[in-house]
Amino acid sequence: MSLKRNILDLRKRKEKVLQGGGEKAIQKQVAMGKLTARERIRSIVDEDSFHEYDMFVEHEARDFGMEKKQLQGDGVIIGTGTIYGQPVCLFAQDFTVAGGSLGLMHARKITKIMDHALKMRVPLIGINDSGGARIQEGVNSLAGYGEIFFRNTLASGVIPQLSVILGPCAGGAVYSPALTDFVFVVENISKMFITGPEVIKTVLGEEISMEELGGAKVHSEITGNAHFYALNELECFEQIKKLLTFIPWHNGKKARPFPPKPPKAEYKIEEIVPLDSTQPYDIRNVIRAISDDSDFFEVMEGFARNIVIGFGRMNGETVGFVANQPLVLAGVLDCDSSDKAARFIRYCDAFSIPLVTIEDMPGYLPGVDQEHAGVIRHGAKILYAYSEATVPKITVIVRKAYGGGYIAMNSRHMKADFMFAWPTAEIAVMGPEGAANIIFRKEIMAAEDPDAMRKEKVAEYKAKFANPYVAAAKGYIDSVIEPVETRKMLLHALEISMNKVDGRPSKKHGIPPF
Amino acid sequence: MSEFKEFNVEGTIYKTEVPDYVANRKKWERPNPNHIKSFIPGTIVEIFVKKGQKVKEGECLMILQAMKMKNKILMPFDGVIEKINVAVEEKVPNRTVMVELKA
Repeated sequence: MSLKRNILDLRKRKEKVLQGGGEKAIQKQVAMGKLTARERIRSIVDEDSFHEYDMFVEHEARDFGMEKKQLQGDGVIIGTGTIYGQPVCLFAQDFTVAGGSLGLMHARKITKIMDHALKMRVPLIGINDSGGARIQEGVNSLAGYGEIFFRNTLASGVIPQLSVILGPCAGGAVYSPALTDFVFVVENISKMFITGPEVIKTVLGEEISMEELGGAKVHSEITGNAHFYALNELECFEQIKKLLTFIPWHNGKKARPFPPKPPKAEYKIEEIVPLDSTQPYDIRNVIRAISDDSDFFEVMEGFARNIVIGFGRMNGETVGFVANQPLVLAGVLDCDSSDKAARFIRYCDAFSIPLVTIEDMPGYLPGVDQEHAGVIRHGAKILYAYSEATVPKITVIVRKAYGGGYIAMNSRHMKADFMFAWPTAEIAVMGPEGAANIIFRKEIMAAEDPDAMRKEKVAEYKAKFANPYVAAAKGYIDSVIEPVETRKMLLHALEISMNKVDGRPSKKHGIPPF
Repeated sequence: MSEFKEFNVEGTIYKTEVPDYVANRKKWERPNPNHIKSFIPGTIVEIFVKKGQKVKEGECLMILQAMKMKNKILMPFDGVIEKINVAVEEKVPNRTVMVELKA
């Protein structure tokens, strides 16, 4: 055989693999509003940068007629490419090949690229579109999942792991995305659940559609399993690329700096926050008023909206923002918002991203449901995450900082590096109404007009304690600043913190309350 | 953006958005010790007692089958069966009052 014939033979073989599950299956995929696995990869990486491996992998299953079936690439594509010129590892399950079902070789391809990503210290992007375990391969497919989960855990905090749910991801398969850092979902396409509608109907008699049970909206608003929600696949790919501009490529590196830009003039910091601390406003506008180009890339926008988390840049460098949101539930902490913030804080700490905390919160969400849902252990996650974090930690208290929430939101006592407060800050053990009712209970009850007396006492308490100066007098606040000075002070604090060295007692690992 | 409502945290009334899952919270009710509720959705496969029957603590009242498991529903204390709200082969949702007792 001449070289030319060898090459033609290779090309023919590749051509066959590239057809995936064949014309009919591809048509079905497209009819569902989905791109094919290779199109998806090509849409994410830089043009012509993708290189595929393990194209000729074949399954070894011998039961249930599998010996006669040839599955191209065993239903998954793995490879490497670049995004904005930086290397990434990717895998994409190919639903057109046996429904993207996961068998032993399919899993081995995924674990191969995962090992590669971890060793080379590059981000891993996994595109999930799979009917689940390949039942014909029995326990071998379960083994495959287990090997993936193990590697997800090993890679956690070393390289960024992004999961993109572009089809079904059901049963055990959901745990790989759940172990990764960021999960992307797309309306009408993503479906994630442990037990599907069929089982629920048989066992419980409840009827629910896949979309209602585990669609994109559900996971971005109710469960908190997803971090980014998009209306279509292309929007989702843009989100992935944008996220990658903010985060470091691995835990030994900083995120790529951008040219510094001032915030947009339309965000006037003095006009955003109402003086009356019972009035709502969008805390995200405060973040926009202080971050470069007013560019705030929010994470988990639809879930536990009473807290806001996300990335921005200050002087061109990435920072993680954590902020109470007075717009929703007055910005209280509760089970879900604690969980949301704590995980983000740990993410930033793992990848050396400085944390800026903007505080305006009245306390914890009251209610039997919250107490019984374990707001104690969920709330403890924030304390744990902030205490554990050794990245630069800066807090700005703009209005309320009451009680346990004051301590939790990166206070001096959690070892914040810089504590700033606006003159409008109210740092107190609890809100004036609650405090007055307790401290002056006897006077209020004994008064001829208890309501008038209560009002008087509330005003008295407010005047004395609802300010930043009591805390500043103790050194718990480093500086009371004018709102317009906020960005300048933050930039300075970040600059000073650039080479921060801080440590925690050496241990195998702590035992966070999860 | 939804409308702002009044929302009380420790005595202070805040103007803020109150999402449905908080606005529609179920009021907590003290569990009635005389009510035996299903702890899992399932099917009643057998009933061993009748209305008005005196039953000793620990005796089996009925079998609630769920997820292929036959769960024995036991009498929590010595007492009388006041009412049986389910029948054999009936599918019951979770937290259904199946039996009402009197001490």
